[in-house]
Amino acid sequence: MSSAIIRTDQLTRAFGGIKAVDGLDLEVPAGVVFGFLGPNGAGKTTTIRLLLGLLEPSGGRARVLGHDTRTEAGAIRERAGALLEHHGLYERLSAEDNLAFYARIWGLGAAERRNRVRELLESLGLWERRREAVGKWSRGMRQRLAVARALLHRPALLFLDEPTAGLDPVAASHLREQLAALVAREGVTVFLTTHNLAEADRLCHRVGVIKQGRLVAVGHPDELKARSATRLEIRGRAFTDALVAALSRQPGVERAALMNGRMVIDMAEAADSSPLVAMIVGSGVAVDEVRRDKSSLEDVFLTLMEEDR
Amino acid sequence: MIRDVLTVAWKEWRELMSLSGGARGGRLSLVILLAVFGVLLPLQSGADWVRSATTVFYWAWVPLMLVGNAIADAIAGERERHTLETLLASRLPDPAILLGKVLAAVSYGWGLVMGMLLLSLVTVNMSARSDGLLLFPARIAVGAPLLALLGAGLAAAAGVLVSLRAATVRHAAQALSVGILLLIFVPVFLAESMPDAWKARAASWLMTAGADRIAWSAAAGLAGLDLALMGLALARFRRVRLIVD
Repeated sequence: MSSAIIRTDQLTRAFGGIKAVDGLDLEVPAGVVFGFLGPNGAGKTTTIRLLLGLLEPSGGRARVLGHDTRTEAGAIRERAGALLEHHGLYERLSAEDNLAFYARIWGLGAAERRNRVRELLESLGLWERRREAVGKWSRGMRQRLAVARALLHRPALLFLDEPTAGLDPVAASHLREQLAALVAREGVTVFLTTHNLAEADRLCHRVGVIKQGRLVAVGHPDELKARSATRLEIRGRAFTDALVAALSRQPGVERAALMNGRMVIDMAEAADSSPLVAMIVGSGVAVDEVRRDKSSLEDVFLTLMEEDR
Repeated sequence: MIRDVLTVAWKEWRELMSLSGGARGGRLSLVILLAVFGVLLPLQSGADWVRSATTVFYWAWVPLMLVGNAIADAIAGERERHTLETLLASRLPDPAILLGKVLAAVSYGWGLVMGMLLLSLVTVNMSARSDGLLLFPARIAVGAPLLALLGAGLAAAAGVLVSLRAATVRHAAQALSVGILLLIFVPVFLAESMPDAWKARAASWLMTAGADRIAWSAAAGLAGLDLALMGLALARFRRVRLIVD
């Protein structure tokens, strides 16, 4: 018996002639925060809809929490929580009524409902404003309330579709911190879609990258970064095009370029940087600073997006 | 299933109450309806308001306006306000969502009609004190709520079918208004265009049938229409179809 909480096999969904999700093979183990990364229109939201049984696949199959999405979607939704593309809150109702409604849906008894609503609203800093109509709230507060709603029934699996999209950096950071704390405390598996790479790097144990409906990479963020080049960045004066061309020809160098007056050299993981630095100094460049960085998840993502373009 | 239906109806009621209380336009239209059917028409009719069986037909018609708007807001409104998908991602079965919304809209419209009936009774008794205590005879006391309920059911079922395809509440409300107008004018037009012999037979039947028989026939017709439209609405209200739409 596998511990995969989500398993898809050639999952495909087409709208007319366009394949929004195209032969997706994916496994998400239990107990992790899985980041599903991709640009707008890559198929992230469609994948969530397929996994929740809100859309029927055109081909392939998916099992979520041990249930087939075609035939047992009700059983999946019974044990899953979701914060989808829109927060889905009833803006004419108070925060308390919004949560009370979903607590009733999940069959929480009156006492449990009161306790759970209070616990979540307090941990998200919303308790004092529980009687206000949600429509008057800021977007950040609404997103926090939507997270509370998604966690209300202690789901085994939580779908979060770009939870920090549209938030200002402070609100986004606040929400990320609260989300990370809640997820750790509740022990829930999370399927998180985002195109915020820093968010994915910070929250996710494992990420998958989707492009035009196809999965192009999957692994731990560090594994993905390790697959990519190491970057050498040199600040200095008197760089020349001839030097750039000479560096590009050196063994282990994948790319050399001048960017904003700095020399940027992408090297294979095992390449030695000291001969390159010596070469630059020897060419007469006045070097102010040399920095060697691993690629960020963003670099990896951008590289993947540019491949086969 | 029943618990789920009641849960959805509870939420719909909370939203309806916040809409009626919060939106000036909604509150004003309720006041106008209560004033017309609870005060003005009873004042004009006097004691005939409780004695004449023809008033029963008002009560089948009034809920069409109330329930149509409520159900459009409940379905097209959820889509427009982006709350529908989250609701569909919950554990609620499709029929429970639909029936909960219908229950809330029908009980809202029917409840308001009952309020108008009682208010009209108070108005008539206050304006025609010399006639002693005026009460609806049994056939009206039973017939009016029944026709109101069936009218509300018709508006709800038609409202669901229209709202399923409408992108916004406004589109749904416009389509329903056209539907109500058609409901009123198509029979009139058909009656006008009937051959003279048919007209004569129909007139003869209406003269001999009496108001009670006409009311029961209307009730039976409405009940059949309600069941057919609700069956169709239940068949069409499917998650996968709603998301794709």
